Amino acid sequence: MFELIKRLTQSFGVSGNEEEIRETIINEIKNDIQEIRVDTLGNLIATKPGKGKKIMVAAHMDEIGVMATYIDEKGFIRFSNIGGVSAFVSLGQKVKFKNGTVGAVFYEDKLDDMKNLKLSKMYIDIGAKDKKEAEKLVRIGDVACFVGDTVRQGDMVISKAIDDRSGCAVIVEAIKRLPQTDNEIYFVFTVQEELGLRGAKTAAYQLKPDIAIAVDVTATGDTPEANLMEVKCGGGPAIKIKDRSVICHPEVKKLLEESARNINIPYQFEVLEYGGSDPGAIHISAGGVPSGAISIPCRYLHSPVEATSLEDIENAVKLLIEAIK
Amino acid sequence: MYLKELTELNGVSGNEDEVREFIKEHIKGLADEIKVDSMGNLLAFKKGKSKKLKVMLSAHMDEVGFMVTGFGDSGVIKFATVGGIDERILPGKRVLVGEKKIPGVIGSKPIHMQEKDERNANVKLKKMYIDIGTDKKEETEKLVSLGDYIAFHSPYTEFGDGLVKAKALDDRVGCAILMGALKERYEFDLYACFTVQEEVGLRGSEVAAYTVNPDIALVVEGTTCSDVPGVEKSEYSTVLGEGAALTIMDRTSYPDKNFVNYIYELAQRNKLPVQFKQTNTGGNDAGKIQMSRSGVVTASISVPCRYIHSPVSVMSKKDFNSCKDIVIAVLKDLGTREEAY
Repeated sequence: MFELIKRLTQSFGVSGNEEEIRETIINEIKNDIQEIRVDTLGNLIATKPGKGKKIMVAAHMDEIGVMATYIDEKGFIRFSNIGGVSAFVSLGQKVKFKNGTVGAVFYEDKLDDMKNLKLSKMYIDIGAKDKKEAEKLVRIGDVACFVGDTVRQGDMVISKAIDDRSGCAVIVEAIKRLPQTDNEIYFVFTVQEELGLRGAKTAAYQLKPDIAIAVDVTATGDTPEANLMEVKCGGGPAIKIKDRSVICHPEVKKLLEESARNINIPYQFEVLEYGGSDPGAIHISAGGVPSGAISIPCRYLHSPVEATSLEDIENAVKLLIEAIK
Repeated sequence: MYLKELTELNGVSGNEDEVREFIKEHIKGLADEIKVDSMGNLLAFKKGKSKKLKVMLSAHMDEVGFMVTGFGDSGVIKFATVGGIDERILPGKRVLVGEKKIPGVIGSKPIHMQEKDERNANVKLKKMYIDIGTDKKEETEKLVSLGDYIAFHSPYTEFGDGLVKAKALDDRVGCAILMGALKERYEFDLYACFTVQEEVGLRGSEVAAYTVNPDIALVVEGTTCSDVPGVEKSEYSTVLGEGAALTIMDRTSYPDKNFVNYIYELAQRNKLPVQFKQTNTGGNDAGKIQMSRSGVVTASISVPCRYIHSPVSVMSKKDFNSCKDIVIAVLKDLGTREEAY
């Protein structure tokens, strides 16, 4: 599982630029499922045909990042965020463009108070001598992801893009281990979640499933002086009750809870007071789709050091299979 | 190109009738079918030689403005904004109130009557009023009703080296370009959609895109231009006079990269000035169209407008022409291709 997560998290896939991660996932699943297609927005849809219930399973492929907006005469690059990027978390990080160009993220020296740090006062230094040299490597509109290698320590994985490559890993594993079932299952790896649940919306419209289950990460309340939240790393996959974008359908919630009990794995409930996720778009698409989610507890969301528990991920795979089979 | 006529018509979001009627009248005979949907979108269908592709052009008819919310004892009108307006620019501006287009001015407490702290702060919208020259509430109420629309009053003026000053350039420039595009014939089915209520949340385009169900959509807009004193070059969104602006990404959409690059390269090949919009702020109808139904290949091309959402928006005719020429070049080229683009 760790090796799979490493391959997925290290693939490039900033929102709207999911080409590489999509290829990585296709390579992981192409021997296990026949019907694979890519839709207009770039969602990857793998279908297991059947005559039973139509179930959509979704995890988003995209990750947060930055976009080059201006290159100055000296070759420094100004940038804006793609998805939720904190100026403070970005400071002193490395970013990597699609072509491999790496840059250091820093801020204007004359900034007197750190509280005023904004992305517009920051820049990327790719070590270019001047604008001309910089433009050979980076063009306005090019995107970069944060650099954060994938390491394992005990049960924990620390990496960039655990959000939501851990969810992608859960679905890849579920495809590989899926037992015989009558259900028609759409395994969807969505695009542009971080920009506002966009891929999930168009995917749900075209699939018109009977129910949908998303697999995504959620925040935790188990770190020093954390905001109050019941979810903790290592406590098992969380069954989403609500976030800012969705109140999960009671039947889906029940299905997930019963499935967790059937296979006797630890689980917890998630009430997320901020943030949205793909079910937010899916549940109001195509005339309405009962939706829910399995959430993987993850610390330090939207940073290059997102941290999560391998055991929670493993249990999420089991829970997903039990629920959809 | 009707830019003078179009910008001098009033069409504050939700009240696009005047603009719609004008466009309808002037595209008669250019389209095979003209429809107005339940929201007020004007959909002009132009049949192509083949059915292999359905292309949607979209420009919004509505503009930012105001609405009457109440009356003061001295006959003045209290009002709210419709769409995004910087309230600091309002005192002293001329407006036209209601269907009868009653002239009015936006007033506020004169400076010599203001307390010291009032002088140092911006006048708040709720402290402003519209004076239509009446002095009794009853008198005003005879002329104006609650909920009446109010538009900026700002005649179209040409000045400088090919520049234009007008209200509502956002997005009558797009309307004018779509009207021009309808004059040509294309290989594929074309829907020119003049949408409503963009300024209050991209509402008309969501409905229009659902109805049309296009394969490809091109949104034609007026966009921000911040190449003015006090703004760092790195924060310019677009530069006046440097051509039509293609959106890479904004708050509402991440247009199809291949389609955007195709348009950029086509413009360059045809020596039509084109630039990328540098900032990722703002949003437009592309956001709703791209995510309509199963997803639509979408791009957005704009005429840069300084002082947008004000009565004195400024654009360059050169940018307008390059935008118009690029749109038509794209439509012509799309028709000659085997693949979509």
